[in-house]
Amino acid sequence: MKPPGTVLLEALGLSVGYDRPLLKGLDLQLVAGRVTTLLGPNGAGKSTVLRALGEARLRLAGRVWQAPGLRLGHLAQAAEGQAELPLSGRELLALTGATADGLPPWLADCLDARLDRLSGGQLQYLRFWSIAAAPFDVLCLDEPGNNLDARGLAALRDWLHTPPAGQAVVLVTHDDSLVDTARQSVIRIAS
Amino acid sequence: MNIDLLFDPLFRLPFLTGLLLAVWLPVLGLYLRLRGEWLAVLGMAQLASAGALGGAVLGLPAVAGGAGAGLLAALAKWGLKRPSDSAYAAMLLLGWAAAVAVMSNHPLAEQAAGAVFDGQLYFTGGGHLAAAAAVLGIGVQVLLWSHRALLRARVHPALGPPGAAIRLAFDLVAGASVGVAILSLGVMASFALAFVPAWRAFATAPSWRGALWRAMAISVTAYVLGFVLALVLDQPFGPVGVAAVLLVAGLAPPWRRRAGRGAG
Repeated sequence: MKPPGTVLLEALGLSVGYDRPLLKGLDLQLVAGRVTTLLGPNGAGKSTVLRALGEARLRLAGRVWQAPGLRLGHLAQAAEGQAELPLSGRELLALTGATADGLPPWLADCLDARLDRLSGGQLQYLRFWSIAAAPFDVLCLDEPGNNLDARGLAALRDWLHTPPAGQAVVLVTHDDSLVDTARQSVIRIAS
Repeated sequence: MNIDLLFDPLFRLPFLTGLLLAVWLPVLGLYLRLRGEWLAVLGMAQLASAGALGGAVLGLPAVAGGAGAGLLAALAKWGLKRPSDSAYAAMLLLGWAAAVAVMSNHPLAEQAAGAVFDGQLYFTGGGHLAAAAAVLGIGVQVLLWSHRALLRARVHPALGPPGAAIRLAFDLVAGASVGVAILSLGVMASFALAFVPAWRAFATAPSWRGALWRAMAISVTAYVLGFVLALVLDQPFGPVGVAAVLLVAGLAPPWRRRAGRGAG
């Protein structure tokens, strides 16, 4: 883990997309201990930005610099692949090297259940935790509040208020309750 | 019906060969199912059977021919631009057509076809046992190395697919295993041991570790039952083994989830 305040990833003039740019000219600096939030309407390219930070083929222009040896964790928006899979919550955490320490008590009790036996909110928070509590330097969180009830959202909000000091977080969300302009760097993306 | 055959030393090697495969094939089947590639087993098995029959015509040792053909089938799978059930079905059809064509046109291949299609486990020897032990040993090492990457790609695809080396090693182990298995157990019994226990374990096990144990338990129980019945009833192992796997998997108790889970 890097010291708080260390710049871990920097993008300058970044354009991302597939055949044509979805988003152009984005400047982004991800700093250890800090949350950067991308806001914008559906289809503006926010999720593609997150993917492009790890996948060079999605970068159509601009420059991305990463700290040497950077480990990038990515929580995708959709929970895919868990249906009909005999995998327990504890095994999910082990796959990314995430620790169960700090997991909310209402979820710690479910660690031995199969993922496809969990509720949508339990599964979503566990997916989030398997990325957030793993030894990644940069966490790309795409709509981590999906499916969470009030209790889950509160736990997520608390975590975003005090993210691990050595990790930089880039958050994509439509949930205003997760946005705290006083604590987070907010980037608004137009459609 | 001759019960004494069960204790004949002549059948110890074949029993051990099949036992090793009955331990290994369901494990391999779990990872193939994890990757959505369960039909690839049958595709590779049919291609490997064609290769093994071709090897018999060329005078190659049966095990070497089967393992080599399995490796070639794995490379064919690995080289697919768009791996899919449709591609595996095409492999299956191609392999079947080639195998029947070779078998119909050469007497040596016709003899070998008995082992490949019927599953003549009782005529296997030390070479088969050594090959089964080798694919089990190498396969376990490959899975210990690749387990996390293979599972992570399923539950967190955004973290990226397994590396090319992992995919190639896994495919080669799968191909070699299938090639060795079809020459001992037969095509369909090999497929059944790779497919059915994994299918059942996926639906019923509480965890991945539980699925591994459950699939192996179903497979080994079915194998022992099939071996005994086929020997006592003087039948080829293949069809009896398939029936035993389906029976045991159907009777395997479901996993009972704990109360209070999954609400909401």
